Amino acid sequence: MMSTLKITIDGNEVEVEQGSTVIQACEKAGIEVPRFCYHERLSIAGNCRMCLVEIEGGPPKPAASCAMPAGDGMVVHTKSEMVQKARQGVMEFLLANHPLDCPICDQGGECDLQDQAMTYGRDHSRYIEEKRAVQDKELGPLVKTTMTRCIHCTRCVRFATEVAGVPELGATGRGETMEIGTYIEKTLSSELSGNIVDLCPVGALTSKPYAFLARPWELTKTPSIDVLDGVGSNIRVDSRGAAVMRVLPRDHDDVNEEWISDKTRHAVDGLRKQRLDKPYIRKNGKLKPATWDEALSVVAKKLKSADAKKIAAISGATADVESQFALKELMGTLGVENLDCRENNLFVDPSIRGSYLFNTRIEGIESADACLIVGSNPRHEAAILNARIRKRYTQGNFAIAVIGNQDDLTYKYDYLGNDANILSEIISGKHPFAKVLKKAEKPMLILGEAALMRSDNQSVAKLACELAEKYGLIQGEWNGFNVLHSRAATVGGLDVGFVPGKSGKSTAEILKASEKAQMDVVYLMAADEVDMKALKNSFVIYQGHHGDAGAHAADVILPGAAYTEKNATYVNTEGRVQRTQLAVQPPGEAKEDWKIIRALSEALDKTLSFNTLEALRKSLAKSAPVFSKVDHVEQAAWKAFGKKGTVLKKAFEPLIENFYMTDAISRNSAIMASCTENKKEQLKQLPAA
Amino acid sequence: MLKDEDRIFTNLLGPDKWDLKEAKKRGDWKDTKKLLGRGRDGIIDEMKASGLRGRGGAGFSTGMKWSFMPKDSGKPHYLVVNADEGEPGTCKDRDILRHEPHKLIEGCLIASYAIGANACYIYIRGEFYREAEILQKAIDEAYAAGLIGKNACKSGWDFDVYVHRGMGAYICGEETALIESLEGKKGQPRLKPPFPAMAGLYGCPTTVNNVESIAVAPTILRRGAEWFANIGTPNNTGTKIFSISGHVNNPCNVEEEMGIPLRELIEKHAGGVRGGWDNLLAVIPGGSSVPVLPKAICDDVIMDFDSLRAVRSGLGTAAVIVMDKSTDIVRAIARLSAFYKHESCGQCTPCREGTGWLSRMMNRMVRGEATIEEIDLLENVTHQIEGHTICALGDAAAWPVQGLIRHFRSELEDRIKKSKVA
Repeated sequence: MMSTLKITIDGNEVEVEQGSTVIQACEKAGIEVPRFCYHERLSIAGNCRMCLVEIEGGPPKPAASCAMPAGDGMVVHTKSEMVQKARQGVMEFLLANHPLDCPICDQGGECDLQDQAMTYGRDHSRYIEEKRAVQDKELGPLVKTTMTRCIHCTRCVRFATEVAGVPELGATGRGETMEIGTYIEKTLSSELSGNIVDLCPVGALTSKPYAFLARPWELTKTPSIDVLDGVGSNIRVDSRGAAVMRVLPRDHDDVNEEWISDKTRHAVDGLRKQRLDKPYIRKNGKLKPATWDEALSVVAKKLKSADAKKIAAISGATADVESQFALKELMGTLGVENLDCRENNLFVDPSIRGSYLFNTRIEGIESADACLIVGSNPRHEAAILNARIRKRYTQGNFAIAVIGNQDDLTYKYDYLGNDANILSEIISGKHPFAKVLKKAEKPMLILGEAALMRSDNQSVAKLACELAEKYGLIQGEWNGFNVLHSRAATVGGLDVGFVPGKSGKSTAEILKASEKAQMDVVYLMAADEVDMKALKNSFVIYQGHHGDAGAHAADVILPGAAYTEKNATYVNTEGRVQRTQLAVQPPGEAKEDWKIIRALSEALDKTLSFNTLEALRKSLAKSAPVFSKVDHVEQAAWKAFGKKGTVLKKAFEPLIENFYMTDAISRNSAIMASCTENKKEQLKQLPAA
Repeated sequence: MLKDEDRIFTNLLGPDKWDLKEAKKRGDWKDTKKLLGRGRDGIIDEMKASGLRGRGGAGFSTGMKWSFMPKDSGKPHYLVVNADEGEPGTCKDRDILRHEPHKLIEGCLIASYAIGANACYIYIRGEFYREAEILQKAIDEAYAAGLIGKNACKSGWDFDVYVHRGMGAYICGEETALIESLEGKKGQPRLKPPFPAMAGLYGCPTTVNNVESIAVAPTILRRGAEWFANIGTPNNTGTKIFSISGHVNNPCNVEEEMGIPLRELIEKHAGGVRGGWDNLLAVIPGGSSVPVLPKAICDDVIMDFDSLRAVRSGLGTAAVIVMDKSTDIVRAIARLSAFYKHESCGQCTPCREGTGWLSRMMNRMVRGEATIEEIDLLENVTHQIEGHTICALGDAAAWPVQGLIRHFRSELEDRIKKSKVA
């Protein structure tokens, strides 16, 4: 229990924790203190001087409340004449060299400087000398700079250095000529660079792709969830009319804090390209537009005429829980057992929920004291989760080791090699890292998808479980066994049981059967990653939102909705049930995905019991209770799984070659394409290792 | 007037050599082991009793500062000596480094012992190239003689001294900016609290002292606190080196008693004001940061912390800048404003934006290209800077301008009126 202290602010007494600052106490008392440089998730800089308050008994000058520790019995005034004058003075100084270009500034309407100038600014400028002008910097395809507007709060510098772990920004020069930049011009290499745009309190850093597209007051704001990786970052979708204009982060301390990755933020232009906006039927080798009735009746006919053993369904990276559940129910009525939500052939035990979750949880990383990463590059597979590992790392006493590829993860780690057999060495206790694990009180293991996709995945899983048991990764409340998913759909799919039935086939077996012409119909639900060539002997139904690999191989296309266009449930890698919300309507004749399956069930005369989303969710919660609570993580039971066997002497392959393009949406994004190009340029400029 | 036998820096002007042999003749390094034998508390109590106030400008009790160092922090402690003497008008530390380096090194050992530090960093102004050479040679001599290093002076205390040369930024004379610079970062002052005594160099307890404060410590301990406290005026004890420059016949550094009248100081040691005392216009009594004093006040003001504060100026580094009636006082202060604009680190808003504003307005004031109301605006801007910044550079930029307006407002007004007529 932390001791508390009492502090009086503007006559109100508040109780705050020991170690709080005065600005935090003010916030607790509900008193707003203006600030530019202070940000609760960054280190304290104290340089803007806007948050000055008067403290009784101190020196006869105001103190910066962001940097002043609260003391017991302290008496603080935030509205006294001294404070007002000081803040007005600071505001005048900030505006002295700030250009008067608000009408052409993208920050307009959501600019801290603009807002606070309303309260503390003068009605005219007393500064009649010449204003400073600063050359703009080129920071890459995402961040646009107008450096003349910079007020030197250094939030971007601190974010890059502390949170993103790429100390590329800094200040050069002195006094008025101080500039924020990279010293030697280079573009930002972080996957989190877009966040500095949110952090910038003025219009110095704005979003390049969003430049001059909209004003904030024109936008409809819809709280939602990101599905472009397995983290499930909380986002806000800003839309105007039928178009998603931009995506911003929403605060969620347990998931993404208030950061999102550049892919989450900027891949949304892919939502406007290559969209499937009407049903198609393949006639004479060519896809021809059709009506919904035509498409559904063709599908129904095919499904009715096929043997249930020769029907299969595979769901892909962005499939939501409702549609996977509905499809599973529908396939159940047909007696189909060949279902799989793992188009990447990931090996986990669907019957043990703890075997496929990130059990430690993202927030739990902060209390771990040792971490072994196996076959994963969290920086690319889950950039936000990686930021959490880095956050824990910067607090010290956190030993990290990696078995896999030796990548720059933004923190230091012990590199153990790239061979799964190192796991057995650690288990035997001979490996030096065994000592670290033994000593740790809360050790954790992160098992990447790359480790569970190989042909020896069952043996690797077994080894990982043995290690977890031997070194006390699971004890009491603590579960340090983690599978890191890079895809938004997998955990939800496993939770609804979108997996092979008793005699059902897995993805690999479905493809093999199809190659041998033993699979008549294959239903692809937003699945674009399977080897489409293997499906050429089957009748392929593709339900999804983009004209990606799956659509090209399809015989019938049923156009679905993307995540911004539907109310849908996703489960993140921790097992957290979260929901997206419809921000814009699906394009053309495309429909919300569960409705398509509901309609198909009618065409098949196997009408599903639910006719509304509520009814579907009720029935879903009945069959899988984890779905009864939203934004909640159910502690999952854990049991060792896998099979003892030989582990190949083989390196883990990188799961993601290009962070910016991992799914149908980001592959169709022009912005992600320019990021990819930029990355290539950056790599070219790196000195040879 | 200081008696010759009370002089601490007997070789300040360097008739004799700086080296160890000569320094020992002057009494340095005599029974240093015995001084250390008084123990940490003994030394600190003696320093407190002497009433020595920090010679870097702020005038904070040196003994008190040492006593703030934790007794058992479990971390290494550091002594950092601020030899980044950059205050315009000030050149006292330079002569200590040139001619009396052993006083400083011995002081470093004693101070380090008193605060529990085994390492001392001397951050020397980059432009002091020859001085850094001499200091390093003196340190090498002291190492060779076993005075510092392992078991320094056979006291059982291990002690190392490192010289670090600055790169020419005035702000690095601010103690926390100096620490940042020493750590290899951009020289920008830190937020206080925490003070360096809690978290200084590399996050460890650190004391930062001026060269002169450290260099006088051995003599104080040798001759006793009472001796030192009996020199000077109450609460402003001891001797002090004054740097007298400007329009005097004999600009010089001189060690004098605290509380000596300004006029006596100038006339006895600097050969008087050029053209006689009546030709005096104004004096900046403590380095560029303190407000200027007109002749009327200079006539009878005495030179110590409290007396100068009472006339709304300050002793600062005791760098006396004398200006006779040929001086364009507006231009002189405008030059200082330009200096502070150039040397502002740019970290915090009021100083970064305010110093530029002041400088530009002052440049117009020199030519009289302003309105009478703008004098009030100028003063208002200085008050918007003063007290609102992270470090004292903001105050230092504001005060000279405030002093100018306080005492020479008519000069500003005349100029504006004249330029209107023209």
